Amino acid sequence: MRAGTRGLILKEKLLFEHSTPGRKGYRLPTLDVPEAQLPENLERAEITGFPELSEVDVVRHFTRLSTWNYGVDSGFYPLGSCTMKYNPKVNEAACRLSGFAQVHPMVPDRLAQGALEMMHDLQEALAEISGLPALTLQPGAGAHGELAGMLVIRAFHEARGQKRHKVIIPDTAHGTNPATAALCGYQVVPVASDGILTAAAVAEHMDNEVAALMITNPNTLGLFEGEIAEICKVVHDQGGLVYCDGANLNALMGIARPGDMGIDVMHFNLHKTFSTPHGGGGPGSGPVGVSAELAPFLPVPVVVRDEDGFRLDFDRPRSIGRMKGFHGHFGVLVRAWAYIRTMGGAGLREATEMAVLNANYVRARLEPAFHLPYKRRSLHEVVFSDRDLQGGCKTLDVAKRLIDYGFHPPTVYFPLVVAGALMIEPTETESVEALDEFCEAMLAIVREAQEDPELLKQAPRVPHIRRLDETRAARKPRLRWRAENENG
Amino acid sequence: MRYIPHTAEDVRRMLQTVGVDSVDELFVEIPDSVRLQRPLNLDDSLSESELLVALQELAQRNATVSQTASFLGAGAYNHFIPAVIDHLVSRSEFYTAYTPYQPEISQGTLQAIFEYQTMICQLTGMDAANASMYDGASACAEGVLMACRATRRRRVLLSRGLHPEYRSTVQTYCRYLDVELEEIPVDAATGRTDLKALGAALDQDCAAVVSGYPNFFGIIEDIGSQAKLAHEHGARLVAAVQEPIALGLLKSPGELGADIVLGEGQSFGLPLSFGGPYLGFFAARQKDIRTLPGRLVGETLDLEGRRGFVLTLATREQHIRRERATSNICSNQGLCALMATIYLSLMGKTGLREVAQHNFSKTQYAKERIGALQGFKIPFSGPTFNEFVVKAEEGSAAVLSRLEQQGMLGGIALECFYPEFDQHLLVCVTEQNSRGQIDALVDALAGGAS
Repeated sequence: MRAGTRGLILKEKLLFEHSTPGRKGYRLPTLDVPEAQLPENLERAEITGFPELSEVDVVRHFTRLSTWNYGVDSGFYPLGSCTMKYNPKVNEAACRLSGFAQVHPMVPDRLAQGALEMMHDLQEALAEISGLPALTLQPGAGAHGELAGMLVIRAFHEARGQKRHKVIIPDTAHGTNPATAALCGYQVVPVASDGILTAAAVAEHMDNEVAALMITNPNTLGLFEGEIAEICKVVHDQGGLVYCDGANLNALMGIARPGDMGIDVMHFNLHKTFSTPHGGGGPGSGPVGVSAELAPFLPVPVVVRDEDGFRLDFDRPRSIGRMKGFHGHFGVLVRAWAYIRTMGGAGLREATEMAVLNANYVRARLEPAFHLPYKRRSLHEVVFSDRDLQGGCKTLDVAKRLIDYGFHPPTVYFPLVVAGALMIEPTETESVEALDEFCEAMLAIVREAQEDPELLKQAPRVPHIRRLDETRAARKPRLRWRAENENG
Repeated sequence: MRYIPHTAEDVRRMLQTVGVDSVDELFVEIPDSVRLQRPLNLDDSLSESELLVALQELAQRNATVSQTASFLGAGAYNHFIPAVIDHLVSRSEFYTAYTPYQPEISQGTLQAIFEYQTMICQLTGMDAANASMYDGASACAEGVLMACRATRRRRVLLSRGLHPEYRSTVQTYCRYLDVELEEIPVDAATGRTDLKALGAALDQDCAAVVSGYPNFFGIIEDIGSQAKLAHEHGARLVAAVQEPIALGLLKSPGELGADIVLGEGQSFGLPLSFGGPYLGFFAARQKDIRTLPGRLVGETLDLEGRRGFVLTLATREQHIRRERATSNICSNQGLCALMATIYLSLMGKTGLREVAQHNFSKTQYAKERIGALQGFKIPFSGPTFNEFVVKAEEGSAAVLSRLEQQGMLGGIALECFYPEFDQHLLVCVTEQNSRGQIDALVDALAGGAS
């Protein structure tokens, strides 16, 4: 079994603690123009505490830090809702081609035709996959796409002279949904779902004050919202729109399209569904697809094609405006384009089918030992709870013990509708052997909870560091290092 | 499909364990009425070698800064990127990890962010920095919202010298919030924010004054005087740094009295990459840390008393506070922040100052030579860092197209952002532009005007 064990564990100080006065890690060319003098009153003094290191110091430091991390390339990473699939290496080479990496964002359109064609192509591919015809590639991540999408909804209503002020959000939603609605000046109306949202429950809260319903499909329990078409109808009948959080699109590619279900707006997470790396927390990319009716409100610029080729279109008078600088996370878009071209339509469908098979396989193997609160057929992920664990052990203990077995833990304590949730999303890139190893570890942990619960409560022991005191971190926050002679 | 390991036999065995006869049965909860009844209409799958050919074909149709002499800046800068950066961020322990939710197996990411936060504080003169945001423009919008939260006020003054894309991003974010935005003109002689107009616009409802440092015209703003004026009215001074190499040489905004310092970190070792992904940095003073947006990494101890790092102060964030969160952001630009951290570690205390000095000297050289040409003027008298505005009698479009024919990207026409500057170019010179390139630019400009 490919489990965790102790290897060579390296200690490593902070950068600043390695610093030696006079060391350098750079060499500039000789200045080939006369040195100019900045007016003295504008010039800063030496930066206290800023590091002085050689190139070797820097390379060792970050290489050693990297060994303290766990990535998808290290092993199974079943972090639910995050779709931690394999990040193809050719895509990393793709975005580093000089014809992409060394292009300034303000070059004239005619000197960036290849980049613009790639973006246009990606817009069209995402439109085909989602069934939503109009796209923006600008948002920087899922939550940013969500904000763009909800601003589009509000702009649409206002253009029709409607001041709707409420947004309905089911209890299975991501935390970003209510935060986003608030940023758009909307009041949140929560609705209980009991696992699946019913059209009747939505109808109860639906009136002509409601701007939109925000839904995730499949939802955060990994279940398909089977009444989605009826739900969309209820909302549309009262003049509202339906926003879909696209975090779980990996369950639907080639099988069903949000646009065909009646969804009006959806964001994509290219770093989930389309294999771009998560980068330790970013950069992601959150394109947004909308129905034709909402297209005029998309952020500027969008990439369009006309007789002269491809160009960035800024002349969109009803647009909500700009969400960020320039045209989006282009380097991430290149990777997603390369992924879609590698997979093709049939390959994307196969990815979805195997992702769903993997989740159902894990469910079948673990259901005898873990409490499964919602029993409908799972799609790409499955959510268990810690209800039946023995020895006073909790979800957090299972997660930490999994680290000792060499796995990244699942998402824990989310979604909120399941107490002590363990949310497992294996993705399609894991083999049955990897799933078996994980399931055996999970089953072993259930036995340990019964026989020797301290093994869980004291976990993890294998990493170089043990459980950290988070209360201490929050009570008196130390958010930066300071030199000894520095104030503060 | 090489990214999917399942053999037909694996699938058969797994279906048996699940207890269904076919993969189709797994999708039973999706009603037929919403199913796609045809295959996706996408191009056929490519092999790795075919993919690379297709990519090269697209890539070669873009003008790169290595093949074309480029004087483009305006918020994205062509600086040298040491080879070390790409090697280190290509360690897959860094780039294939996600947000450090499990600190015991994410100390690499967490410690690097803690180091990043520290260096951002050192450069900006602030007490606390977050773990990064999407880019300078979105960080600027978050800065405006934070100033409103911290002061419980709703009027914000944006200098017209602030990057136009930052201003429009702020407008988008504030579109449906109770925030009133007002623009403060720049002084036509100096190119700096007009202090008189600023003084007149400030009142007891003002949450913040937001200014570029340097501003969009490359001018080094008098942040100190602006801060003083803002503080007299109880408002925060927000300094937006679109070119952070300047911080190697210029007084830190903190030293000059700024309360919030944010900006674009692309210059710290990130490729131009047609506009992203870049790096929004964001820093503030101790008094405001509980209203900061975004993720924060803090130091703590483990069970055995060893130093370690965790995500902290999460009660500000969307997953806990939901609609009352300080922002809806739930990621950062992790890998981009790591790139900046490595860049700053290599450059260190003396390197950052040296590279800033090179940018400044080369820009002064270009500015003086162009300013001496017939038909060209430097309209603003304020001191500049590595960008400056040129007024061309023949008009910006004519000049730029003439330069383009000679294989040069000579600058950006200001007219698309500032209709009043219809003859003006924004020219940027970095350490990547040799004296030969600058001389060629000057000669080309002179050639057309004669």
